[in-house]
Amino acid sequence: MIASLDWLRRQPWIWSFVGAIAVWAVTVALVEGRGAGATVTAALTFSVFYVIVGIGQMFVVTTGPGNVDLSIPANIALSGAVAMKVMNGQDSLIVVGLVAALGTGFCVGLFNVALIRVLMIPPIIATLSASFIVQSTAIAYGRGLRVKPPAALSDFMEWRLPGGIPVIALLTIAFAAAMVVVLERTAYGRSVLAIGQSDRVARLAGVPVARTRFVTYTLCATLAGLSGALLAAFSGGASLDMGQPFLLASIAVVVIGGTSIAGGKANVPGVWGAALFLFLLVTMLNTMGVSSGMRQMLTGVIIIAIIALAGGEKTR
Amino acid sequence: MADPTVRLTGVAKSYGAVRALAGVDLAVDAGVCLGLVGHNGAGKSTLMHVLAGTLAPDSGSILVDGVDRTAGWSVAAAHAAGVRCVFQELSLCPNLTVAENARVFHPGLRGLGWKRRAGRLIMDRLDHMFPGHGIGAGDTVGDLSIGRRQMVEIARAFTVTDAPARLVILDEPTSSLDSVAADQLLDAVRHATREGIGCILISHLLGEILAAGDRVVVMRDGSVVADRPAEGLSRDALVEAMGSVARPDAGAARQTADRAGRAPMASAATRDRRGREGLTVTAGKGEIVGLAGLAGHGQTDTLLRLFRAAEGRRVAGVSVEAPAAFIAGDRQTEGIFPLWSIARNVTVRSFPAVRRRGLLDPDRERALAEEWRRRIGIRTPDVANPILSLSGGNQQKVLFARALASEAEIVLMDDPMRGVDVGTKREVYDLIRAEADRGRCFVWYTTEMEELVNCDHVYVFRDGGVVADLPASEFTEQKVLQSSFEAEGAA
Amino acid sequence: MSDSRPVPALPGRASLGAAAVPRLLRAILPGLALAVILVAIFILQPRAMSYFGLNLLLNLSIPIVFATLAQMFILTVGDLDLSVGGMVSFVATVSVTYLAEQPVLGVAILIGAIALYACVGALIELRRLPAIVVTLGMSFVWFGLAVLVLPSPGGRAPEWLIALMAWKPPVIPLPILAALLIAAIGHIALMTSSYGAILRGAGGNARSIARAGWSMLRVRMTLYALAGFMGVLSGLSLTGITTSADSNIALRYTLISIAGAILGGSEFVGGRVSPIGAVLGALTMTLAASFLSFLRLSPDWQIGVQGAILILVLALRALINAWSARASRRRAGTAAP
Repeated sequence: MIASLDWLRRQPWIWSFVGAIAVWAVTVALVEGRGAGATVTAALTFSVFYVIVGIGQMFVVTTGPGNVDLSIPANIALSGAVAMKVMNGQDSLIVVGLVAALGTGFCVGLFNVALIRVLMIPPIIATLSASFIVQSTAIAYGRGLRVKPPAALSDFMEWRLPGGIPVIALLTIAFAAAMVVVLERTAYGRSVLAIGQSDRVARLAGVPVARTRFVTYTLCATLAGLSGALLAAFSGGASLDMGQPFLLASIAVVVIGGTSIAGGKANVPGVWGAALFLFLLVTMLNTMGVSSGMRQMLTGVIIIAIIALAGGEKTR
Repeated sequence: MADPTVRLTGVAKSYGAVRALAGVDLAVDAGVCLGLVGHNGAGKSTLMHVLAGTLAPDSGSILVDGVDRTAGWSVAAAHAAGVRCVFQELSLCPNLTVAENARVFHPGLRGLGWKRRAGRLIMDRLDHMFPGHGIGAGDTVGDLSIGRRQMVEIARAFTVTDAPARLVILDEPTSSLDSVAADQLLDAVRHATREGIGCILISHLLGEILAAGDRVVVMRDGSVVADRPAEGLSRDALVEAMGSVARPDAGAARQTADRAGRAPMASAATRDRRGREGLTVTAGKGEIVGLAGLAGHGQTDTLLRLFRAAEGRRVAGVSVEAPAAFIAGDRQTEGIFPLWSIARNVTVRSFPAVRRRGLLDPDRERALAEEWRRRIGIRTPDVANPILSLSGGNQQKVLFARALASEAEIVLMDDPMRGVDVGTKREVYDLIRAEADRGRCFVWYTTEMEELVNCDHVYVFRDGGVVADLPASEFTEQKVLQSSFEAEGAA
Repeated sequence: MSDSRPVPALPGRASLGAAAVPRLLRAILPGLALAVILVAIFILQPRAMSYFGLNLLLNLSIPIVFATLAQMFILTVGDLDLSVGGMVSFVATVSVTYLAEQPVLGVAILIGAIALYACVGALIELRRLPAIVVTLGMSFVWFGLAVLVLPSPGGRAPEWLIALMAWKPPVIPLPILAALLIAAIGHIALMTSSYGAILRGAGGNARSIARAGWSMLRVRMTLYALAGFMGVLSGLSLTGITTSADSNIALRYTLISIAGAILGGSEFVGGRVSPIGAVLGALTMTLAASFLSFLRLSPDWQIGVQGAILILVLALRALINAWSARASRRRAGTAAP
């Protein structure tokens, strides 16, 4: 018992969950227990998008300093629009639409990798330039797009098991579990962790660096595509700026979740914890009647405090 | 007689079990150029770092003008005392101009017209030391050829504003200079000593040492073994002094198998810095091939070219017939994954072997790591412990385990025994021999002369190319030294 | 003596020239990009080639130029600032509220903002934190503060600021005059001042700068403070043009400033930056936005064109680099056979 407690304490993800539970408890106490369950349901549902995008970003960040995908918001906007247009509000086209969204995301990832490899520019600049073009495409493509998501998909997003547990959240938990396996138990996952510790050591140890980078960036972009489709379905249609919050949020959930920004150390459960924490934090501050400005500011201060406390990690 | 500018007495420095300096006495008088020679690991560079203030000695004292300055000796103190160092790694800012780099060195250069003054300061020195250098004060250092960068670096060490220049230490200063500039440098050194500046010149070109030095100091195994006037000294006498007392036992030298008619597993053509072709390194099944010569003369490059070719990339002049593994000597930056356990560090090269039903299997990983822990004697209670819990020698064993546990037929070793204790070394030598007998092939770069005894063939590198191919039967320390330092009457 | 050494290089500066040509090419790329787009606009719309036309065309360039310079100062030490947009928005909100109503307090707040920037630099240096995450957090802080200062769009910039930005100097339109002035000041601060050399050197080889006795803490704080100062000027000039503000008025400046600085020849590592290039890059980004309307294309593609220009210039730069690397390999002759 003591030993397992000790083990728990050493897990970096535990703190994001502790934080999430703490802010939830405060919120519930503030409203004297009313809607405690509803808060959890909402947190689980909204966290889905952050988790899907965050896991992709986590793989990218884990491949070492300087690796961040800045094209996620544009990607979400474009994929969401593509999904809605392909589905055209018909239930029969849901699968085709989802595949189209994943394909769109994959293509954006392909474009990112091409820029990184061919132009030999830092990934941040590559994904930034790509995002300009993707965002423009999304604007041109999605203009005047007033397609409602297929009813079945919207219903699915809202589908809850008895007790208010959203099915989509359960699926995302299963997905996260699968990603833990990918990270820890496949050659690909090991390669990501190896490259993140040192590109050079990995290369000399025979790790296929270029291939791993390719998979990582396309995986991240494909997940952003999926998230775009789901987000559009959830919010009643694609909108151009629906990806906007995910630029900063995707990085924030990764960092708060205990993934090392210096690379080589990733944490999947932490992404869930951080997503719940961020959502519940906002809920708590809302409940307290804190203004939206103060809310933003506190979020920023918390991110900096967490990184400063965990920080001092040497970037090699 | 006046006190020497700088005097070291009994300076000792150890890195763990390795003693880099074993009580060195050295004095440099004003106006004297001291040539310093010694083979790899003799302690030259450690001594330099102690003088420059970047390394603190474990014991001994540093006297400047007869005053004990050991306590509080630092980079700043050394600079204030007029001790300047030109290290082999360039310490210029590549994105700045020549004049701006001079400014970095001299805090006093500011205010209006600083760029002009800094430019004049460095250009005067350059013109003085390297006439016809072709460098402009406004040239960006990164755009200059490596030789010109070296000139700027050297000239900068001799510039004076606030602090005087009294002792300038030059570590292989001519390694990237052409012959005209090298001669100019030696002239400049002689000129500087006439002005009363003391110099320490480290070089592998014995002719240079004998031509420019007033005194020659020979180091071996962390001690000064000879300190004589340069006058009347011959190259042979210097080479003699550098060799270790214990000759490699002739009986222990291996009998070289007949190579004729056997296809090599790996081969790499070499070419020296002038573009002249050197001998080709070849290694066959079951062979241990040694790469010798002074550090940084192309051995690591050759290993990396072999490694790249083994990955399936096209590398000119290199052919490799089997998978290769690389064992780094610089464990921290090229070898270990610091965040991982011992087991993960071992198995990273062997994913196919530890897979079960498509996934990496922790039990198999553990078993594989455990097997190698036993075979290679990694001293740890548990292979699940972090790699950083191991001593340096045991970390190195993990790197050996990583390579040997893999499917690689060719093992490339980049001076892997650096800073490893004797016991560990002996265990690893036996292991290498056993693995070679099973048909693996080893290409082994080492800076330690004794290790070459384990090799079937020794290739000696100089300036990037192979200048000698010694089969085990012909191998002697003397021959390696002769070839690594210029051979008499070289072409 | 001359037994085992490379053949002497040709006397004079022949071999230096070979390395300087690609650098020169890289240096003129930003100017070239701007010239190409200007010429294209003039051909499409000759009337733009006038005082009034240029004034209109470059109307919004001044704040973008300042923001780009802010980003460039941060890039000098190899950091990236994701909070520029937030900072500029905050300054804009202060400028239409406190600065207009209580000038002393307003000025104090703006000075405090610069100090906060310097503190962020100190935090990053002392705790060795990744700048990208810290400035990410700061972007929340700045946006939050902006919302607190100005919860709903509105306010009015001080009259002197509006008058200043509406000033029509003789002969040269204000945006061009401002660009020239900013480029000159940036150039003096970073490229010709004696401490500027240290600041850039810190980006090129921090160890050598520290070894020569300079404080890296002071270097980083100085650069972050300079960036903060540029952010303040960006926010002020922005509200001078728009006269009112809202809390996310400069949201897109973060990405635009990175793009502009990179377009202008700044590199991510190695302290290679160029204030003049950054100004040119910012102007190009601004013009790219107006370019489409001259082509009678949908403004939907505005940022797409900005991205395409960025990629095009980076591609050209990669081409020049590859070419010069091949040339220098041939010259050196040290490569293996």
